[in-house]
Amino acid sequence: MLIALIAIPVITGLVMIFFGKAWLCRLLLPVTAILHTTLTACIVREVSLGHTPTALSGMLAPDALGSLFLAIASLLFLVVSFYAVSYLADEERIGIHTNILLDHGHFTNQPERRFAAFLCFFLASMSLGTITPHMGVQWVSIEATTLSSAPLIYFHRHKSSLEATWKYLIICSVGIALALLGNILLSVAFYSKEAQVEGFDQVAWFVAHAKQANPTWLIAAFVFLLVGYGTKMGLAPLHNWLPDAHSQAPSLVSALLSGALLNCAMLGLLRGHQIMQAAQLGDLSSKMLIFFGLFSLATAAVFIVGQGHYKRMLAYSSVEHMGILALGIGMGGLACQGAMFHALVHSCTKCLLFLLSGNILARYHTYSSYDVRGMRWTMPWTGALWLAGFFAIAGSPPFGLFVSELLIFKGILAQGSTLIAVSYLVLLAIIFVGLSVACLRMVQGSRPLDMPKSPQEPLLSVLPPLVLALIVLTLGLWIPDPLWHFLERAASLVG
Amino acid sequence: MFLNICLYLLVLSNFLLLGTARVVQMTKYTALQGFLLAILLFHFGHTVLTVAVLLIKGLVLPGLLWRTLKKMPSEALICPHRLVAIDVIAGMAGLAFAIWLDGRLGSDLTHNLFPELFLPLGLTTLFCGLILIIGRVKAITQVIGYLAAENGIFLLGMPLMTQGTTWFELALLLDVFVAVFVMGIAINRISDSFASMDVDHFRSLRD
Repeated sequence: MLIALIAIPVITGLVMIFFGKAWLCRLLLPVTAILHTTLTACIVREVSLGHTPTALSGMLAPDALGSLFLAIASLLFLVVSFYAVSYLADEERIGIHTNILLDHGHFTNQPERRFAAFLCFFLASMSLGTITPHMGVQWVSIEATTLSSAPLIYFHRHKSSLEATWKYLIICSVGIALALLGNILLSVAFYSKEAQVEGFDQVAWFVAHAKQANPTWLIAAFVFLLVGYGTKMGLAPLHNWLPDAHSQAPSLVSALLSGALLNCAMLGLLRGHQIMQAAQLGDLSSKMLIFFGLFSLATAAVFIVGQGHYKRMLAYSSVEHMGILALGIGMGGLACQGAMFHALVHSCTKCLLFLLSGNILARYHTYSSYDVRGMRWTMPWTGALWLAGFFAIAGSPPFGLFVSELLIFKGILAQGSTLIAVSYLVLLAIIFVGLSVACLRMVQGSRPLDMPKSPQEPLLSVLPPLVLALIVLTLGLWIPDPLWHFLERAASLVG
Repeated sequence: MFLNICLYLLVLSNFLLLGTARVVQMTKYTALQGFLLAILLFHFGHTVLTVAVLLIKGLVLPGLLWRTLKKMPSEALICPHRLVAIDVIAGMAGLAFAIWLDGRLGSDLTHNLFPELFLPLGLTTLFCGLILIIGRVKAITQVIGYLAAENGIFLLGMPLMTQGTTWFELALLLDVFVAVFVMGIAINRISDSFASMDVDHFRSLRD
């Protein structure tokens, strides 16, 4: 089952590359996604019952934390795969495009089969990263996510996307290389001639032997893991690649990058935090996470206010939410449980908003929120969902993010950190104002005079975001007990 | 003695990398680093990895860079001399810092694990790679810098390698190979689209 989880997308991707007619790619994407989600559901069920499914002599053995991020990635890929069918058909119909950002030059997209195949490879590498307890394999898979997603960012073959792809490749590759150094330092910290790591379950071994580790080298290892994986998950000030890549990638890729990939990168960091806690150095790693969390929130607040580019605005919102996750995990206790719930609802909400931003871009041909007006008239479904998505991402009731942000706030207060709680609230309030100005402006107003009357919105461009909106709304009103217990188990590993 | 000569040559290759303005020459020094790493691996008895590193870091990756360079006009392959001087000074500062850090971190653990000079020279190679990535303006020098940084990390990991971890080192090499391959493709696209390899042409994506 675990091997199939990786093998299915890899094989499908290879079939697409070698025999990939457009119709075949559009058929295989949702089929792969359905199979992957079904397998993921079985694995999550096993893990929630307290079992640990294993394969390849223990190289694949997901725990609650990994299963949570696997489930998020699989769910988002399922939704995105249906959206992709409509998106790819539209792109094929248009043929030659115009670069609206830079020089109005013309460009064509990469072949569809390559795009669809790399989507599958991207899914496979994310899956591997979440289900392995071996930190080396996890590192390899996270680097593989960079390499498989770079061609996706460069789908529109124009100068701006090339610039974004290059920054993404270099910054993330160097960041991940530093995470590799973190892994090496971790092995140095645990080096002993008598005891060597047995089997592939490195995390469990490191946790069990944490008290014998050399603290200086362990701290150095965590710092490099924080810098390396922090770069990939978009923690400020290491986030430079993120707004560029998210704004230039096709919207469905941005949705996966923001909703699934950032979580997978965070998992690498959480493994380091897990080991630090077992070595009684959790206070230090928590402080570092809190610092980077608040710094990310502050950076996002600065760049979201007055941001005219609506996709960049969503990208900075991802920096904000990664900051909230780091803060919640750093605080521990209830805040950490809130952070696990936050990871789930943020991923769904951000995927919803990025998919909608693709609809807006296709209709208005602009990235500027100042030039988008009257969405409630021109594209009523997208407009309504965009409004719901805005309220959700800004943490308003009755959506899931309100509950998760409230839980994190209560967790911070429970730790007696009033100053952090106040800073958190103030920064969230600033971001709320910044987001509301742009998002509400886009929905309100009358239809632009030069815009022809809207045709019916394609079903597959609004149905996937609608499903996500319903999930976020439902989770805001009711968290099923099994889900909450599962989140508690995941949180107990790190906080 | 043999080990020390290899390590000294590695430091020399770092400063040759930092001290040259010609990208073609830098590719040769990258290959030299690959050969030196392979020799070190052979010294430690990792035969499979020796062959893999020799092939990938010593031949294939420099070859890939060489192929990319062949398509560029020769005037595009010279870095500004001002940056070269700054890079060498930064590299020397990196070496001094690495030696200082080695003295500070020196303990039974490091003495048992790392042969003499391994830790400071691994760190210096890493620093030199990072300096090349930040200090030069050409896309291809950033890739060379990435390779050098990765060589430094590889060197630091060498004492921890056992026969049981060969599969992981091979997976790591495959990852680096694919990374440089993808970067090579991107560089070709950059030179086609921007008529230059200078990354300071990248100005369209800013807040």
